[in-house]
Amino acid sequence: MTDAAASLPARIPTDWKAGEMQKRIRRRNAAERRFRLIGLGAILLSAGFLAFLLISMMSNGLKGFTQTDIRVDIDFAKSALFIDPAALKNSKSVAALAGADIEGAVATAAEAQYGSQGARMLSDTAWIRVQRAIEADPDILTRKASLWLPASSELDQAAKSDAAPEAEAVVKRLEQAKALKTAFNTEFLTGADATDPAAAGIWGAFKGSLLTMLVTLALAFPVGVLSAVYLEEYAPRNRWTDLIEVSINNLAAVPSIIFGLLGLAVFLNTMHLPRSAPLVGGLTLALMTMPVIVIAGRNAIKSVPPSIRDAALGIGASRVQVVFHHVLPLALPGILTGTIIGMARALGETAPLLMIGMRAFISSPPGGFTEPATVLPVQVFLWSDEVSKGFVEKTSAAIIVLLLFLLAMNGLAIFLRNKFERRW
Amino acid sequence: MNHIPNDAAPKMTARDVSVFYGTKKAIDAVSIDVSQEHVTAFIGPSGCGKSTFLRTLNRMNDTIANARVEGQIALDGEDIYSSGMDVVQLRARVGMVFQKPNPFPKSIYENVAYGPRIHGLANAKADLDGIVEKSLKRAGLWEEVKDRLSESGTALSGGQQQRLCIARAIAVDPEVILMDEPCSALDPIATAKIEELIHELRGRYAIVIVTHNMQQAARVSQRTAFFHLGTLVEYGETSEIFTNPRIDRTKDYITGRYG
Repeated sequence: MTDAAASLPARIPTDWKAGEMQKRIRRRNAAERRFRLIGLGAILLSAGFLAFLLISMMSNGLKGFTQTDIRVDIDFAKSALFIDPAALKNSKSVAALAGADIEGAVATAAEAQYGSQGARMLSDTAWIRVQRAIEADPDILTRKASLWLPASSELDQAAKSDAAPEAEAVVKRLEQAKALKTAFNTEFLTGADATDPAAAGIWGAFKGSLLTMLVTLALAFPVGVLSAVYLEEYAPRNRWTDLIEVSINNLAAVPSIIFGLLGLAVFLNTMHLPRSAPLVGGLTLALMTMPVIVIAGRNAIKSVPPSIRDAALGIGASRVQVVFHHVLPLALPGILTGTIIGMARALGETAPLLMIGMRAFISSPPGGFTEPATVLPVQVFLWSDEVSKGFVEKTSAAIIVLLLFLLAMNGLAIFLRNKFERRW
Repeated sequence: MNHIPNDAAPKMTARDVSVFYGTKKAIDAVSIDVSQEHVTAFIGPSGCGKSTFLRTLNRMNDTIANARVEGQIALDGEDIYSSGMDVVQLRARVGMVFQKPNPFPKSIYENVAYGPRIHGLANAKADLDGIVEKSLKRAGLWEEVKDRLSESGTALSGGQQQRLCIARAIAVDPEVILMDEPCSALDPIATAKIEELIHELRGRYAIVIVTHNMQQAARVSQRTAFFHLGTLVEYGETSEIFTNPRIDRTKDYITGRYG
């Protein structure tokens, strides 16, 4: 005892107040502050990017949701329209309207009111609104009526921002005549793609996206979750399952265009499914989404504590009962989060859909899973490629719709996760 | 060499049971009888294989991928590793309580009712209510939880959770209850309650308890088996093992020379 104590050097107390120590403390505190500032800077930078994106989208895109209308007075009684109001009240109305030259009547009325340029001031599809007005109230045909019709894209641009001087002059003249107003563009939300930007709508692409996502979800979710369950709960650990695991991880990292080529080769060329259809788009995107769901699902299942499985097995639950009564309910929040991330990626995907022909010009919303359709990101891509200036704001407006769709999906994911989340 | 007490009709019998994890032998040729009337304790230092052996009795080792069991284990004379034995039914007959309390993240009621429900032991809601109440009473938990059966089982204290797990195990009316160090995560008061409970359950169920704690083995069991390095060193009446062990290794362990 005494020997050991003697052999130890005498204890020198640490001088915490020494200048060297104070310097160390100052250096440490400075490092803390520096790191916090760098972190704050990173956050501000990313928030700034986000704000820039949102502001530029909004300032351009919100104008895409409005439409400039021009007042046109049409004297139906005197016009060259030979439609019998009585015919419109019975079942022959479709035939009666189809036979009539409404377009010509509108052009004549516009030229009578605004001079020889009158007809060109209106959108190509202005007559459709006249036709709807006639359908709604056939008696209009016997009198003079004043209708608000959509302006041509050029005038629309001139009214909203700036355009060619001639168009600006026309707008000024119309404004003085109180023949111009800005209205919410319901046709944008209910219509499909068109060559005239004033008539182009987003509903066709929105519905295409919706149908495509439904196919993707219906296929990728069950297959992905069941694969994850099998790999985690049933599959033996051997070289084959290792191989499958590596393959799935690689699949999740494959560039999406390659899935498009795969879809083209398998679904269109071999299985002869319809081109440009949400069905094929959904199948292709499901191939891409499934590995993401499998990986997220496996992680979620892995994080369920084994003691829960032991507890259920210990009172005689079968493997299937353990999985469906205990493991999956506890893993569900994680699986749902992964699924939504995968679906959000699929929703924003353009490249593979170009490969299977979903970039076609589709002028009516798809009626079903096998009808030609396009999707929101492809629509954005197509419009951004257009020459006509009116499509600029339509592109931004379509992006806003796409972002809102994404936001709604993420909101749903957070809601479901909170609803199913349980603690153990 | 294993000493097997002479019972007329042991509840479970193990003969030359060896367990392998891959190529590693964890249990070497253990033969033992578990009686219906007594509480049997397995004691031994950490890693001696007592828990591994316990888990072979209701085939919980099946869930470990590379575990392999040799030898014969029978429940009422019926080989539980034969192809004709349904493992789900076996685990209903041989229940288990684990080292760490592991209630399901569900309500107290659901925790207890889950077993009877999946085995179809109750047809009507009233029957199920009866089973839940009876099981909780038998586990000594009823008075504490009867007013909050719909609360989560995980919100209970550690000792209550473990008694809930015992209630869950006895709700399916098993013949044997295996307890794998049921008190190692509990404080002394909760431990005393569990030990008291084991006393009350004795005779109704064949009980096998693995414990680290020699005093606990002495308090709750009538038979004690001492495991060391994967072998069964000595097995006999608890009073004999603790006062008059016949093998030196047992004596050294009991007296605290190692372990």
